[in-house]
Amino acid sequence: MKILVGLKRVVDYNVRIQVKPDGSGVVTDGVKMSINPFDEIALEEALRLREAGKASEVVVVSIGSSDAQQQLRTGLAMGADRAILVESDQPMQPLTAARVFLELANREQPGLIILGKQAIDDDCNQTGQMLAALWQRPQATFASKLELDGDSAQVTREIDAGLETIAVDLPAVVTTDLRLNEPRFVKLPDIMKAKRKPLDVVPFADMNIEVATPITTTHYDSPPQRQRGVMVEDAAALVAMLKDKGLLS
Amino acid sequence: MSKVLIVAEHDGKTLNASTGKCVSCAQTISGADIDILVLAIDASSVAAEAAALTGVSRVLTVEASHNEHALAATWAPQIAALADSYSHVFGPSTTFGKDLMPRVAALLGVEQVSDIMAVEGAYTFKRPIYAGNAIVSVSVDEGSKVVATVRTASYSAAAGGGSATIEPADVAVELPSHTRFVGLEAGGGDRPDLQTATRVVSGGRALGSEENFKIIYDLADRLGAGCGASRAAVDAGYVPNDMQVGQTGKIIAPDLYIAIGISGAIQHLTGIKDAGTIVAINKDADAPIFEVADIGLVGDLFKIIPEIEAAL
Ligand SMILES: Cc1cc2nc3c(=O)[nH]c(=O)nc-3n(C[C@H](O)[C@H](O)[C@H](O)COP(=O)(O)OP(=O)(O)OC[C@H]3O[C@@H](n4cnc5c(N)ncnc54)[C@H](O)[C@@H]3O)c2cc1C
Ligand SMILES: Nc1ncnc2c1ncn2[C@@H]1O[C@H](COP(=O)(O)O)[C@@H](O)[C@H]1O
Repeated sequence: MKILVGLKRVVDYNVRIQVKPDGSGVVTDGVKMSINPFDEIALEEALRLREAGKASEVVVVSIGSSDAQQQLRTGLAMGADRAILVESDQPMQPLTAARVFLELANREQPGLIILGKQAIDDDCNQTGQMLAALWQRPQATFASKLELDGDSAQVTREIDAGLETIAVDLPAVVTTDLRLNEPRFVKLPDIMKAKRKPLDVVPFADMNIEVATPITTTHYDSPPQRQRGVMVEDAAALVAMLKDKGLLS
Repeated sequence: MSKVLIVAEHDGKTLNASTGKCVSCAQTISGADIDILVLAIDASSVAAEAAALTGVSRVLTVEASHNEHALAATWAPQIAALADSYSHVFGPSTTFGKDLMPRVAALLGVEQVSDIMAVEGAYTFKRPIYAGNAIVSVSVDEGSKVVATVRTASYSAAAGGGSATIEPADVAVELPSHTRFVGLEAGGGDRPDLQTATRVVSGGRALGSEENFKIIYDLADRLGAGCGASRAAVDAGYVPNDMQVGQTGKIIAPDLYIAIGISGAIQHLTGIKDAGTIVAINKDADAPIFEVADIGLVGDLFKIIPEIEAAL
């Protein structure tokens, strides 16, 4: 079985995001870029399935500018077998990204597609669900445990009410939550080896995909900042202040 | 005129408070006509609650055994089929709505607006990106259907006292059998629900163990508060996942939030930006949580919590 994994290039999660003063975007010049953290978890899961003999090939996919080759190379160094970059300089919204993954699913015939539950730049949390709908296949979102069992999978999902388990027939789309696994670190020799692994670049225009009508962003604002408040000396002063504000009776 | 269909979140018996928040959001679209859709095996009690929300015109019900569990693969085609006569389809930005609504959007062939925090017009909205570190104004093409999730922390639930009509709806769509519900392991006990509690006490990595976390539960119980945690506390296994507050956990807006032994990482702060008053207790005076706390107290939580209880 082949597994496709999405690797989106995003601003590193440690970067403090700043909105440009003119409201035209956020500052991304010279900012550290990384694989979306949920996608690293997706790749780790795929690699573990291959190592357990349950998958034969792991293919990492990124849709974006040619800079995303860096993240794909990191994915190859982690252990993916090959990489596909669908190259486009236009940022892609989830439905169009899902159409790209659908086209790749038709070409590659994977048994499983693992994506992150959300990209930490747009925070959309949509692509996996949309892909599953277009592909007319099951979705198991926010996975914290994945067990393959022949032609189906049991997936434990982190939901507001607790942990839900569902069974899905393969092929299926799984999206990852943080507790699915802890991704491995890349070792130096693997970075060297990754340079020789195949990385196909496919121009977006060659995929014959209709771009869905995008949602347009007209303005960026900084969120209202909370102010640093007061410090109190001890527990008694804290309780007194909360009572004073009417927050405790 | 805008016609909004809201997909009800429920557990088969009671309506989740997130649905009333979606109604409040929809009401800010001027002149909107609002219907609620209840998919269930038996919709009676949930539909009655939905009909009592003010501002709702009709409650549509689809009762069928395949609607017992909210499986997106089963629910989405039914919602997409009913969406025809609506300009907007809304769900809450809870794990329920996040799972379901994008599947609906894809079936309808439109991009989705995630996490509406403000309505600026029928086709223009504000939403957070980058873990809430930027707020964007977005607009949907006016010829398109708007499929969206509503950021529940941005709205309070619509009031009761309404009297919408309840009508069964007909949907004839083919449903897949490739996805099956297996089980639910409920996490939280009987403390107030995190997402609606007016007071929340949360603990972080500093608690050190599942046993030690008991002092957080005890304090929460003394205060009649809901109980939350940082990701570090969940990852370490001190508490179940449904207690996580933050970017990838629950986004909450209690009147009072007390963060104990939590450093205040951006991803955690995302979850509490809309809290009324934030109290931080941390032994490190330089912890980032103090930059956003309204009231801060520096010290060892194991000493301070008993002192707070004594002072109550
Ligand atoms: C993609 C992504 C998503 C994430 N999503 C979330 C999320 O949704 N929610 C979330 O919370 N985190 C999230 N995180 C993790 C986040 O970055 C932090 O790692 C996490 O919030 C830290 O938890 P903590 O504050 O409990 O632990 P720490 O950062 O280790 O802080 C512990 C604090 O306790 C204090 N302390 C220690 N002992 C005592 C004592 N005896 N008395 C008083 N104070 C004491 C310390 O001074 C310290 O400030 C996410 C991370 C990533 C990468
Ligand atoms: N441009 C992209 N390249 C690769 N993967 C993507 C891209 N966009 C979305 N994805 C995948 O879809 C997931 C969810 O993204 P989103 O719906 O944008 O929050 C991500 O974690 C990725 O796995």
